[in-house]
Amino acid sequence: MAKTSEKRLEVLKTYKIYIGGQFPRTESGRYYVATNSKNENLANVCLGSRKDFRDAVVAARNAFGGWSARAAFNRGQILYRIAEMLEGRKAQFIDELMKQDSTKALAESEVNLCIDRLIYYSGWCDKFQQLFSSVNPVASSHFNFSVPEPTGVVAAIAPQNDSLLGLVSVIAPIIAGGNTGIVLASATKPLCAVTFAEVLNSSDLPGGVVNILTGKVGELVPFFADHMDVNATVFCEADAATQKLIKEKASLNVKRVLLYDKVKWSTATGQSPYFIMDLQEIKTTWHPIENIGGAKAGY
Amino acid sequence: MAKATKNNTLKLKFDSARNLAPAPESKSAAKIDPQYDLFINGKFEKPLSKKYFATINPATEEKLSMIAEANTADVNKAVVAARTAYEKTWKKMPPAERAKYIYRIARMIQERAREFAIIETLDGGKPIRESRDFDVPTAANHFFYYAGWADKLEYAFPNRRTEPLGVAGQIIPWNFPLLMAAWKIAPALACGNTVVLKPAENTSLTALKLAEIIQEADLPPGVVNIITGAGATGAAIVNHADVNKIAFTGSTEVGKIIQRAIAGTNKKATLELGGKAANIIFDDAPIDKAVEGVINGIFFNQGHVCCAGSRLYVQESVFKEVVRKLKDRLETMILGEPMDKNTDIGAINSKAQLDIINKYIKIGQQEGAEMYQPSCAIPKKGFYCRPTIFTNVAQSNRIAQEEIFGPVLAIQSFRTDDEVIEKANNSPYGLSAGVWTDKGSKIFNLTTKLRAGVIWANTFNKFDPTSPFGGYKESGFGREGGLHGLSAYINLTT
Repeated sequence: MAKTSEKRLEVLKTYKIYIGGQFPRTESGRYYVATNSKNENLANVCLGSRKDFRDAVVAARNAFGGWSARAAFNRGQILYRIAEMLEGRKAQFIDELMKQDSTKALAESEVNLCIDRLIYYSGWCDKFQQLFSSVNPVASSHFNFSVPEPTGVVAAIAPQNDSLLGLVSVIAPIIAGGNTGIVLASATKPLCAVTFAEVLNSSDLPGGVVNILTGKVGELVPFFADHMDVNATVFCEADAATQKLIKEKASLNVKRVLLYDKVKWSTATGQSPYFIMDLQEIKTTWHPIENIGGAKAGY
Repeated sequence: MAKATKNNTLKLKFDSARNLAPAPESKSAAKIDPQYDLFINGKFEKPLSKKYFATINPATEEKLSMIAEANTADVNKAVVAARTAYEKTWKKMPPAERAKYIYRIARMIQERAREFAIIETLDGGKPIRESRDFDVPTAANHFFYYAGWADKLEYAFPNRRTEPLGVAGQIIPWNFPLLMAAWKIAPALACGNTVVLKPAENTSLTALKLAEIIQEADLPPGVVNIITGAGATGAAIVNHADVNKIAFTGSTEVGKIIQRAIAGTNKKATLELGGKAANIIFDDAPIDKAVEGVINGIFFNQGHVCCAGSRLYVQESVFKEVVRKLKDRLETMILGEPMDKNTDIGAINSKAQLDIINKYIKIGQQEGAEMYQPSCAIPKKGFYCRPTIFTNVAQSNRIAQEEIFGPVLAIQSFRTDDEVIEKANNSPYGLSAGVWTDKGSKIFNLTTKLRAGVIWANTFNKFDPTSPFGGYKESGFGREGGLHGLSAYINLTT
């Protein structure tokens, strides 16, 4: 940004975390310096703590009732709105991606893919239920049907190798299905995650539905897996030891664990309604059918 | 709740109901061998462990048979047989042919239904009426239902192809021995997997009878292996390196141990664990029907049901009426010899389980809840527990929080919809729930808000092969039954 600094001093951005619709600094007061491959300092980023995570879980749990009860159509509109906001701030994201070592062409295509992916999941919000529901022809005189419902609060560690695409690809199916979540951004490329939180914050997404933390995976991952008010944990790295640790800790309250280490987020296989279904429970409802009148009517 | 004050209604007399002439089912219609070996690779084989343990009739404490105890080497033998059958036969078989084998099993269970019902009751203590009318026919139906899926899997998952997982290790509980075996084996086979199944040590007999049928149905050797034993045998299945999938039904405690044990592996799992279902009666409910539903909800199968309606919430304005009618209804229940066709409440499955139930009944009283049991006599031999209800229960009481797995009901009152939703969901469990009201919009409000996998509205404890079953939260994950039950036994590919 040398060009503008000759005329006026640039206003630098403080990169903060996103909890309950607010942008606090980490309660721990700690930070780390995000750098690029040339070892240039990009920002002082919050080194999120266990307490930040717990605060985020409280925010996500409080938001769950309202968000899961929203009309599916409304959720679809809000995801669409997120895409709109991202489109409008494309230049900023391309700029940040380039600071974090991307080329212009790659940065542009990454942001475009993110926008398109949000639109894709926006469309699924009120459609996946019909695909994965069933009316069950039970043999007794009952009406019986099964529908997907959100699993609850999801704690996700976003793919660590990219800044924006992995983050968006993990967040979209969580919220499209009516869950709320806490997402840990890429530790090495955190800039876009914080800026994406600003996009979420201006998109009619209720506070607490998505909470974004920055920090070190190794430090925070145990809490993502063992918190008793979290219903599912998502992890995207092919790190066998951490996968095992997550699964072990998840057993404390029978969390659902989703491992996405084989997913190629930049391809068409990085999006599907099955990612939504991974974070859904099937609920089956029974009700008797009266058998008194009409049985012999010819209609 | 205030103590029940004066009650103006007449006390009903039920003496005549208790004096029905005995109507015993005949033991002679079933054949139980003195000793059972392990069913591995299509043959009954003596255990490498050389050990056997006794299985008894909990209603009389008489020994029924000796059952082989599989050790790690036996488990390995069974897994090798299952792997070989998977690679050489089952995986390659045209799905329509697979289906025909499974249909055969269904038909043969139907043919031998009476024998299965008798053995189920003798080995497990459940009333013959339930074995005959519920367990056995539903088990046969489950095979029949899933048989038909075998060659239709490509229709079940939009835009995806399916492939089987491989060898499924399946561990089942003692409360519905044959039915749980059917819930596990039928979808696994339909999806092209092979199976190593372990029944609970108290109730191995009907699973071994099922092994006879599988042999008779000429299933390729090794496709289904049924091995018997206790927890150590189960652990050997869970920890075997060549098992691709663990399906477990049982306690949440053991489920967590299993989830932890397979953490470092690629094994898939479905867990169907404990429950503490809320059964909710609103003041506009058809009360007599609701009372019947509550009775069925908690006393079906002596309350040995993971989805039992063990917490009853009654709206305050009808609380007294419901409790009075429940007490009256308890007086009519016939407790005793499970083989008698009039029996409503049979024997508790084991001495150990009876001790747990009695422990909770004591805890309930110590915590200040008020206990009521009917006056029915208890047989001198065998393990029995009177149907028990508690009033004056607080939400924090252990009998309202912990799964008892017996005929014990904790009753609380409520005033508003919000209050009862909050109370019902205030549990680490989320397997099932019940709602009783005449108002449709209220039903849908409740059934949507209750965080449980199966919701019965104006009914309870209904099951069907087409109907997915399974829990939210600590009641486990994965579904059994219906289209959704297929997911547990397949990988999706593009």
